[in-house]
Amino acid sequence: MSTVAIAPESALMPKRHYANVRHSVASWLLTTDHKRIAILYLVSITLFFAVGGFFAMMVRLELLTPKGDLLDGDTYNKMFTLHGIIMIFFFLIPSIPAVLGNFLIPLMVGAKDLAFPKINLFSWYLYIIAGVVAVTALVKGGVDTGWTFYTPYSSTYAKTEVFLAVSAAFVAGFSSILTGLNFIVTIHKMRAPGLTWFRLPLFVWAHYATSLIQILGTPIIAITLVLVAVERIWGKGIFDPSLGGDPVLFQHMFWFYSHPAVYIMILPGMGVISEVITCFSRKRIFGYEFIAFSSLAIAIVGFLVWGHHMFVSTQSTYAGMVFSFLSFLVAVPSAIKVFNWTATLYKGEITFEAPMLYAFGFIGLFTIGGLTGLFLAAMATDIHFHDTYFVVAHFHYVMVGGMVMGFLCGIHYWWPKMTGRMYPPLLASIAAALVFVGFNCTFFPQFVLGYLGMPRRYHEYAQEFQVLNVMSTAGASILGLGYFIPGVYFIWSLFWGPVAGPNPWHAKGLEWQTTSPPPTFNFEEDRPIVVEEAYAYSIEGAESVS
Amino acid sequence: MSHSSDSLVAHHFEDIEQQNESAVLGMWLFLAQEIMFFGGLFAVYLVYRYKYPEAWAAGSTDLDIVLGTVNTVVLLVSSLTMAMAVWSAQTGRQKGLVRYLLATLVLGSTFLVIKAFEYYAKFVHHHVPGASFSFHSEHFPNADEGHVQLFYCLYFIMTGMHALHMVIGAGLLIWLITLALKGKFGPDRFMKVELTGFYWHFVDIVWVFLFPLLYLINRHH
Amino acid sequence: MSQHVVPPSVYVKVFGGLTILMILTWVMAFVNLGVFNPVVAVTIAILKALLIVLFFMNVKYSSRLTWVFVAGGFFWLLILFFMVMPDYLSRDWQAPVQPW
Repeated sequence: MSTVAIAPESALMPKRHYANVRHSVASWLLTTDHKRIAILYLVSITLFFAVGGFFAMMVRLELLTPKGDLLDGDTYNKMFTLHGIIMIFFFLIPSIPAVLGNFLIPLMVGAKDLAFPKINLFSWYLYIIAGVVAVTALVKGGVDTGWTFYTPYSSTYAKTEVFLAVSAAFVAGFSSILTGLNFIVTIHKMRAPGLTWFRLPLFVWAHYATSLIQILGTPIIAITLVLVAVERIWGKGIFDPSLGGDPVLFQHMFWFYSHPAVYIMILPGMGVISEVITCFSRKRIFGYEFIAFSSLAIAIVGFLVWGHHMFVSTQSTYAGMVFSFLSFLVAVPSAIKVFNWTATLYKGEITFEAPMLYAFGFIGLFTIGGLTGLFLAAMATDIHFHDTYFVVAHFHYVMVGGMVMGFLCGIHYWWPKMTGRMYPPLLASIAAALVFVGFNCTFFPQFVLGYLGMPRRYHEYAQEFQVLNVMSTAGASILGLGYFIPGVYFIWSLFWGPVAGPNPWHAKGLEWQTTSPPPTFNFEEDRPIVVEEAYAYSIEGAESVS
Repeated sequence: MSHSSDSLVAHHFEDIEQQNESAVLGMWLFLAQEIMFFGGLFAVYLVYRYKYPEAWAAGSTDLDIVLGTVNTVVLLVSSLTMAMAVWSAQTGRQKGLVRYLLATLVLGSTFLVIKAFEYYAKFVHHHVPGASFSFHSEHFPNADEGHVQLFYCLYFIMTGMHALHMVIGAGLLIWLITLALKGKFGPDRFMKVELTGFYWHFVDIVWVFLFPLLYLINRHH
Repeated sequence: MSQHVVPPSVYVKVFGGLTILMILTWVMAFVNLGVFNPVVAVTIAILKALLIVLFFMNVKYSSRLTWVFVAGGFFWLLILFFMVMPDYLSRDWQAPVQPW
């Protein structure tokens, strides 16, 4: 590998860039610069991650012992509900798109900004309003329906702040829709000259697919939540069994969005991994077109599978069979990605920087998460596993092992671009290892617990499950430490980190051709013109640099 | 988008064509979102109409078909005036633009006033879902009261969401009229009028489906 | 694409078509067609929607990209309908579960 040429700091760090053109608070809160909005999102989702993490900690602490000695049943219900709502609607869904996507998509397509900068800012405000409403619900006593808001827990039998929580998810949904809308228009209409569709970074393809789901899926949950809210107001409503209403219809409507929403959460992570794997293998990615189209395939087929959440909820068996079959189909494009990443590594000149470690973690953990999903997609095994810790483990392998790993991977990869400074590499690698170890200690025992039949969402459990639960809680504390360390060194690096220069990883792509941090309008000169294919890495080329 | 009112092209676009195409595409994506938003209600409607056809016929027959029809005509005419407003902007007819926008606004408000009268009648007859709901049909004695209440839930939510969109549309029209009076539109700058037109026509389309599905079930009884 | 100016005569004709279709849907509602009543009603509504989308909303004169997204929006709605309904259509096919 080449070493960074030693140059005076002033040459590598631009005097004026997007973050220091203005300093007032208003210049941040009223900015229409996509990069500043990305930073606003980064700060806000990190706060919500901490809040959601706190609830996770309470859940894990309670489960240390078989008896409910820390929390009573009602409080425990609120804890896992708030953990779910905050992590999903306020961390996972906006995480990569609203932070990295916002920051990088205009840079990657060589544009000065997203197509609708004011709408971009507006969607951040929607997110914050939703966040305030969610926190209000929390302060006023919380919610205990589970993050899924299933009727009739959320309607006939609701005693908690369902209305506020539902409103928060509703507003957050529109924030997500507007972000997706902005991305699609930008990708269609604002690409630099020469940047054809098949020269786009796969990160952009992944976000395109994500945005499609956001636009076509989110409205359904919005209207469904309106129906629940109206039922709370009138006392009678659409899903009320006493009128002949069908609570299972709520589940159909809910999962029509919320299953594709899983792909809203994972597809951007896959986009990050595609960038990082090819960069640190110094090799053009294997099967570019397949990865690009598999993103779209996941987005489309992902809409046809939601019924696998409802195998045991009086859904017709025949409908279940169709959904089960289609669910197996989604595994195909996901597997295509995993195979292509692995093939990219083959004969690559691999280096083990922190982002690459996270990428390796992603591939392994996502594969476990994906394959265990097949047990849940098969109707016969699902009847045993449904509502056990097996589901919890599967879900967290995809969402935490996949998406949070992907997010950390992306943040570590583009941090020098966002801030112009480097973090301590050794500490970053140690943190990555801690996250990996802690994660597996936390969630692998839960597969076993679920297999043994421990149901989820109870604050008490049978004595024989304690050993595995203690392991899980111990793992969670390692995981928590692993998340805490990056927070510390990132803040440290803002002030004292070594200057990174425009392209510390010798990576390809337009975002690396401008200064770090980029100027307000992204590129100093006129728009860049693209003349080469994406990921034109060559192992020889990398050697000749050094 | 632009900061200075004189510059037609915002800083981040290359030219006016790119800006206009982006705006049109963005609006269509927003409308795709709207299709799904209302579509969710139609899906619920479909399921319950399949399950409870008798109650649906009973509830529908009780709606005021005269007011519903008048409102349909009002909305169709308003779509025509909106289309004419866009045409006026495109061809630089300033007075025509203001008049057609005003006409659209008046028609939209008429729709809302008629809708309010319909709601009021339902309220008086205890057809609003909730504790005080009561319903008896002479034509459909077998219709279950609970099922009819489901119909009315959907009736109010569907037409209510539609009316909410009309109110937002009326707000947009007022905004356009103030801009038109200042002479802000012309053959080279009519995007705001055109996009508001898209929105207005979309809301009209929703009503095109709502009218037969809510008002015209089993009218041959 | 959006520069295309549609003459008012087209708008008036389309409006005429919409009015005729509205009268038609009204009349058909009072004729007993059995199960075909809703089919006819929805078909007429789709025709009206097509007229509005193609002419009032200029899609007829728009780029292919617009066509794709307009069609995509409606297609996704069909996915919702066609994947929800089989559950309700086939729920009664199963033999009731015997309590043990």
